[in-house]
Amino acid sequence: MKEIIRTLTTGERQAALAIAICVTVIGLTMAALGNGDPFGIHGYVVMAYGLVATIFLIRCYNLPPSNVDRAGSYYDEPIKVAVVFSLAWAVVGMLFGLWAALQLAWPSLSFDLPWSSFGRIRPDHTTGVIFGFGGNALIGTSFYVVQRSSRARMPDQVAPLFVVLGYNLFCVLGATGYLMGVTKSKEYAEPEWYAGLWLVTVWIVYLIIYLRTLARRKEPHIYVANWYYLAFIVIVAILYVVNNLAVPISFTRAKSYSLFGGVQDAMTEWWYGHNAVAFFLTAGFLGMLYYFMPKRAGRPIYSYRISIISFWGITFFYIWVGSHHLHYTALPEWVQILGMSFSLMLLVPSWASAGNALMTLNGAWDKVRDDATLRFMMVAAVFYGLTTFEGSFMAIRPVNSLSHYTDWTIAHVHAGSLGWVAMITFGSLYAMVPWVWKKPSMYSPRLVEVHFWCALSGAVIYVLAMWNSGILQGLMWRTYNEHGTLAYSFVDSVVAMHPYYIARALGGLIFLIGVLVCCYNVFKTVRTPVDAFGPARRKVEDALGPVPLPRPASSPLPRPAE
Amino acid sequence: MLFNVHYRLERRTTTLLIGIVVAASIGGLVEIAPLFTIEGTVEAAPNMRVLTPLEVAGRDIYVREGCYLCHSQMIRTLQDEVDRYGHYSLAVESKYDHPMLWGSKRIGPDLARIGGKYSDEWHVRHLIDPRAVVPQSIMPRYAFLAQRDLKTAELGENLAALRAVGVPYTRDMIDNASADATAQVAADSSGAAALLKRYGEATNVREFAGSTSRVTEMDALVAYLQMVGKQTNIEDDAGANKKPPDND
Repeated sequence: MKEIIRTLTTGERQAALAIAICVTVIGLTMAALGNGDPFGIHGYVVMAYGLVATIFLIRCYNLPPSNVDRAGSYYDEPIKVAVVFSLAWAVVGMLFGLWAALQLAWPSLSFDLPWSSFGRIRPDHTTGVIFGFGGNALIGTSFYVVQRSSRARMPDQVAPLFVVLGYNLFCVLGATGYLMGVTKSKEYAEPEWYAGLWLVTVWIVYLIIYLRTLARRKEPHIYVANWYYLAFIVIVAILYVVNNLAVPISFTRAKSYSLFGGVQDAMTEWWYGHNAVAFFLTAGFLGMLYYFMPKRAGRPIYSYRISIISFWGITFFYIWVGSHHLHYTALPEWVQILGMSFSLMLLVPSWASAGNALMTLNGAWDKVRDDATLRFMMVAAVFYGLTTFEGSFMAIRPVNSLSHYTDWTIAHVHAGSLGWVAMITFGSLYAMVPWVWKKPSMYSPRLVEVHFWCALSGAVIYVLAMWNSGILQGLMWRTYNEHGTLAYSFVDSVVAMHPYYIARALGGLIFLIGVLVCCYNVFKTVRTPVDAFGPARRKVEDALGPVPLPRPASSPLPRPAE
Repeated sequence: MLFNVHYRLERRTTTLLIGIVVAASIGGLVEIAPLFTIEGTVEAAPNMRVLTPLEVAGRDIYVREGCYLCHSQMIRTLQDEVDRYGHYSLAVESKYDHPMLWGSKRIGPDLARIGGKYSDEWHVRHLIDPRAVVPQSIMPRYAFLAQRDLKTAELGENLAALRAVGVPYTRDMIDNASADATAQVAADSSGAAALLKRYGEATNVREFAGSTSRVTEMDALVAYLQMVGKQTNIEDDAGANKKPPDND
């Protein structure tokens, strides 16, 4: 961290200090106003966060500046911070997931404490992995990709750090809030109004940095990965703001009530919820795929035109499909039918993306065999294809009548999150970590291999267990006996889930072990001096030095005339 | 054509940004905006009741504990759901729900018609130790709710905020919120009569968790659960004819 401060000029140090002090004062005010309410406790959390930053900045204030040639280099320090946060959140989020899974198999594992019941820790799992792990990985890689593919340094020195640290403050407020029972109860948008306001502030700064970097680009074209990152940043902002419109009970209490109610609230929530999948968990990670896979494979993207079709297809079609979460409910049927129809159409751009990715690997399959990093990306593309097919299938009304409310949904979500999102993230991190820390390769390619097999087997066990339990559950709920009455009571289906809940926890545990291996490997990569990497290793992995830019969407087809 | 348009877009940051926003806005506008304007999206229920302050507090606890993560409140128009849980849910029934608690997962059963299905005593025992009542249950224990006094002093703020988002609470209801919350567990008190006058004769007024002198979080949650699905008279009106429109 001290190295980061050393890259700042005196003026920038003052600006950073001013922001840190502002955060501390905001926290102090919240703590004073919200006495006796979780709002006050969150005030102390904000204050502590700001205070740590303030003290650190004061202690490092007089460090001599480093002689980094700013104009001639990329700004990678915020990326490093984001990578560390991402891995830390991965461990925290998955630990909560594992604990929640175990509670379903053995409910006494909640230890009967108010803060540790399933209902309170489940959002910690989802927020930890989606926003903590995924969000930090997205911010980190987007900063990396936008600079390289634009051949331009980010415009400001303090703002990117503010985005990374500010975003993590939001995650901390969310995760600690749920344990105290602070939640808006809207899935994947649980943090309360003040955390939301803070996130919007951070996000606007993020968008501005991104646009300004693009504006400084020395390439005439914006590379395809940036289209996706841009869509991710701007659409997530719109979704989040609309879905989180709420009226706080008072400005000294954490609780608020959603502006929308009933059926309109349900539609808004799932318009948001499914497009969090679309623009957070798909568009952003496709940005990773479109940069790191061609780089690692040493092959250009297979088709520029398919990239264009799938990009606009995903951007346009996805937004319609949220209502497939509400089949057969009190939502008007015309909206349900629209959601189903567009879900089916969405398969075209989704498979175009997955196919484009896999075709990119043509000519590099020997590398896929030998290089676990590239194999992570390949498996991610395969899971992406499978999950999008399953998603469209589950959006068909009669299929949904069986799958909805069951563990089949959980299987689908984890095929997407473990198989696609996490795999492409690990692939990208293994590629990017040596580049930003200026190391010849990862510390241990063998441990990458270990992680790969843990991740794959963990994901497969998890998904198979939940497919089985989900379909079994759905069938038990709708089975009639010969007298024309329901054959099973609800609790019969609960009992039947027990073995699958154990298998699911096992799959999750294996996946988590892989993540721990990853953390160790990244830690050792960062700590091991360059000289300690064997000369033979340097030839296998990417060479040290400035990373050459990928040719902008090199296409076998001639470009349209101007 | 698409390629030519795109070719221009991908060289201009702002234009690309606008293109993305336009492409991604259409679906939401077409699907969500009409839900606020088309008449009949939400059925009419002239005598719909609002939750009392105690029930609102109970609903807040339901949200706080994340009950919605395991229990849906949305019975779909499918025969087996209607047979298992009762009349399928209508949009009007969650009209005053900010936010809605339709849920997305049934680790436990649907609760849209739980109100009045079990006794208060059953709910209290079940919340204190679910496995004492249903041995195979995997629900967490919520014994601490019975120990915690409900904070009634600020419930007026809750009602005022709900009124701001469209729930028809009157000034009278907001001003007397904390007194009404205390009165709802004490049937013989003078406050109870005032409560019934404000919220209607059908309001449940009784000692939900076994004490008239003390209002706990358990009282609030049970009072709320006994009211879920009871804000309208849908089930009574529908009578025996429960045939859902979809049967696949």
